[in-house]
Parts: sequence; C-alpha cells; structure tokens
Amino acid sequence: MSEHIHIDVDRVTIRFNKGNLKVDNLKEYIIRMIRGELMFQEFFALKDVSFKIKAGEAWGIIGTNGSGKSTLLKAISGIVKPYRGSIKVNGTISPLIELGAGFDHEMSARENIFLNGCILGYSRKFMEEHFDEIVDFAEIYDFLDSPIKNYSSGMQARLGFAIATVVKPQILIVDEVLAVGDFRFQEKCNKRMQEMLEGGTTLLLVSHNIDDIERLCDHVLWLDKGECRMQGDAKEVCEAYKEFKGER
Amino acid sequence: MGSLIKTIKNFLNYKDLLRELVSRDIKLKYRRSFLGYLWSVLNPLMIMVIMTIVFSTMFRGNIENFPVYLFTGQLLFSFMNQSTQQAIYSITGNGALLKKIYLPKYIFVFSKITSGLIDLIFSFGALVLVMIFTGAKFTPYCLLFPFVLIQLYVFCLGFGMFLAQANVFFRDVQYLYNAFITAWMYATPLFYPIEMLPGWLQFIVSHFNPMYLYIDQLRALVYRGTLPSAYTVVMGVVIAVAVLGIGSFCFKKNQDRFILYI
Repeated sequence: MSEHIHIDVDRVTIRFNKGNLKVDNLKEYIIRMIRGELMFQEFFALKDVSFKIKAGEAWGIIGTNGSGKSTLLKAISGIVKPYRGSIKVNGTISPLIELGAGFDHEMSARENIFLNGCILGYSRKFMEEHFDEIVDFAEIYDFLDSPIKNYSSGMQARLGFAIATVVKPQILIVDEVLAVGDFRFQEKCNKRMQEMLEGGTTLLLVSHNIDDIERLCDHVLWLDKGECRMQGDAKEVCEAYKEFKGER
Repeated sequence: MGSLIKTIKNFLNYKDLLRELVSRDIKLKYRRSFLGYLWSVLNPLMIMVIMTIVFSTMFRGNIENFPVYLFTGQLLFSFMNQSTQQAIYSITGNGALLKKIYLPKYIFVFSKITSGLIDLIFSFGALVLVMIFTGAKFTPYCLLFPFVLIQLYVFCLGFGMFLAQANVFFRDVQYLYNAFITAWMYATPLFYPIEMLPGWLQFIVSHFNPMYLYIDQLRALVYRGTLPSAYTVVMGVVIAVAVLGIGSFCFKKNQDRFILYI
C-alpha cells in the first residue's frame, strides 16, 4: 500500500522563532541573552497538519496570505525541517517555487540552462541532451548568447519553466508561478501541466486563483493561520472557501 | 559511517553543479576585460614587482633571491585570503536560492574555494616566469608542489565552512575577519625572514601558524630545493585534517537552522 502514497505529511508542526529571526549580530544577541528574550517568541507557521497524497492525485492548497501555504511546500521540498511530526516523500520532486531562482543575470541563457539544470539536480550530460527541447519551449533562439539581465521578465519566466519541466517528474510543486507571462505562455504552461497530469505526475498547486484550482485539482487542502481548516474533494472545499470569502 | 557514505553519494549527485559554479566564477571574473585569463598571471606579477621594489630596499642583505621568496609566500597567502573571504559570503549571498530549492549547502563553500584554487594554479605560471627571470635553480623537488596545494586546499575548505556557518548567525564575523586576516598576514613571514621575529613569537609562528607551515613547505621545494622538514609536513597535514573536521562538524550541526537566518 505504502508505495502508492507519494507524500505523507504526518502531524507536522513548523516553528519559527520570531525573537531570533532578526538577531544576526553579536551585540543584539548578547543584549537579548541578558534580557532572556532569545527563545520565547515562538511563532507556529503550521500546526498539526496531516494529509496523504497518493500517486497521480492533483492537490490544490488554498488559504489567505500568511496561512502557511508556502511553508508547507518548503517543508515538502526539504528546505525547512519540521519541528514536530514527519514528512515522507517517495519520488523525485520538481519544485516550481520561483521560476529562475538560480539564474545568474550576468551570464547568457546558454550558460544559465546548464547552471540552473544542475541546481535542480540534473547532470550536465542530461542537460546537453535536452538543450534543444528547452530552447524550443522557451522560444529564445535569437537571444541564446546574450546575458539574462537583458531579458524581459516574461522571457526569463519562459526559460525557467522550460528548464524546470524538462523531465516528467513524479511530483510537481507549483507555487503561484503561472501568473507571469502573456496568455500564450500561460496556455502553453497549462498544456504542459495537463500532459504531466495525464502521464501520472502528482501535482501540488498553490494558487489564489480558485478557478485554476477547480480546473486542475481533484483534492484541495484549505489552510487557515497554519491549521488545516478543511481537506478533501476539490468541489466541496472550494464551495466552502468561496462561502467563507463571501462572509467576510 | 553510514552518514558519511550518504554524504559522499549526495556530493556525487551534485558534482556537475560544483563544476558549473566554479566555471561561472572563473568565466565571470574576467568577462569583458581585454586581457582575460592573463590577469590571473599578470595581477600577482604586478603586485610582486611593487612589493619587491618596496621591500628589497629594507631587507636587501638578508634574503637571497627576494622575488621568489616573496612570491611563494604571497601566492599561497592571497589564495587563502581571497577564497575564505569569498566563502564567508557564500551562504548568506545565496540565501534567496537556498530558500527556494533544496541544495546541499556546503556546495557553495566548495565552489568558492575551488575557483580560488584554479586561479592559484594559473598564478603558478607567474611564479615560473619569475624563477626563470631571476635565474633560480629548478630541481626535481619543484614537481612536488601539488602536495602542498592539497593540504592548503583541505585547510581552506574546513576554515571556509566554519566561517560561512558562523557568518549566517553573526554577520559580525565578516568584519572581524578583515582585522584578523591583517594580523595573520603580519604574523606570517611573507616578506621578512622568520629569524627577524623575537624568540617566543618565532616559536609560535613556526610551530602553530598553519600558513607558515604550508609556505615553508613550498619554499623548501621551489626556493631552497630540498625536501620540507618532517615537522612542517606532519603538522601541516594534521592541522588541515583537523580544521576540515571541525569546520564540517559545525557546518553540519547548524545547517538546518540557516534557513531561519538568511
């Protein structure tokens, strides 16, 4: 059974230390140590969140700003360690948390394709094999050797998306990245994501656009101030969320 | 033991990333400069010429073939200085990326020290030029220089990791380090003979200053044309391994908390 569960989030709590977040020099550290303020300003970004995602499911995560959506994605990607609870992930993750996060703006697109591919954990050989495919998808033929800093933000986003989706990952994590680019690019991205879903990729999507969520996802998790307010079938949760929005 | 094997496997997965990061550093350093990579040779050469002119008037009688004596010390020390200065910022400077994507964080420290090492190897071309120009003797011992570089590389890796993780929690480290490195430079016989130091200081420097141990090994090989003394070799290796151990231990212990501070 357990092989069919791709992501198992078990009573995860993530704690940040508000007091510590800003202390990064010795003077303040000593002052706070004397005052005894170092460890007492806890802030829980997530509280006791549990859910299981099976292979091939598409989950949407909704909630207001600051409800812990991005923190949850970071925890699943392994960037943040949970304070309590455990997260088990079976399979390769392709994170689309910010397109082109690893771009070096002084370097050309050609060099950035290799650099960014390696940051995402692909080998150089693999990137050489898929180089043309990436350039095709991003449509940047004429600008391959000019530095990225001269690119428009739309072009950068296209390139970032093309690199991140060059493999068919088992788990695709998307955090609000599709809001950039023109309608043609968005159509293209949506098409590629649909293809992946049909090919059995597990999707985790964070979006404020409830229509996108209803269209792409079959399950939804609703976070509110770090707590799981509701989870389950996409339609039901989205209805409840819309009602909640209407009330306010 | 199991965790060591896991770390090595993980490192091998990301070896291409290390290569890309190092080649980026080297490419970008001289991009759009007219002479390009030649600067790796010219830059230390120019500094050496100026320092020779300044100091040869002060220590003329004491040191035979002063340019080579100075240059061997100067090259190793400036490699250590520059690569660790870069390593300090390697975690904080890549904070935006580390917040978004999971990566082994030490890879950034590795890449800075490694690109420094490659720059140093280029600069050895300048050392050869100086040796030819001053009529220094080439002996087979010269070929043993990589042995010194390996020790220094391991030392810098450990030291860089220690500094980088400390700087995440206390940004004061980068400023303190500037003062520290100046003191260290004067406590290392780069442009003066070690005999000039008072007795007690001479003992400390010659036994415990790791930079002196490495520089003296290199000077034995290329400047004096002999094997380095057993003490400098044993102590040099022990210090390099110990510093790597301490640096990676501190780094590993604290790396999960970096995300809260960058």
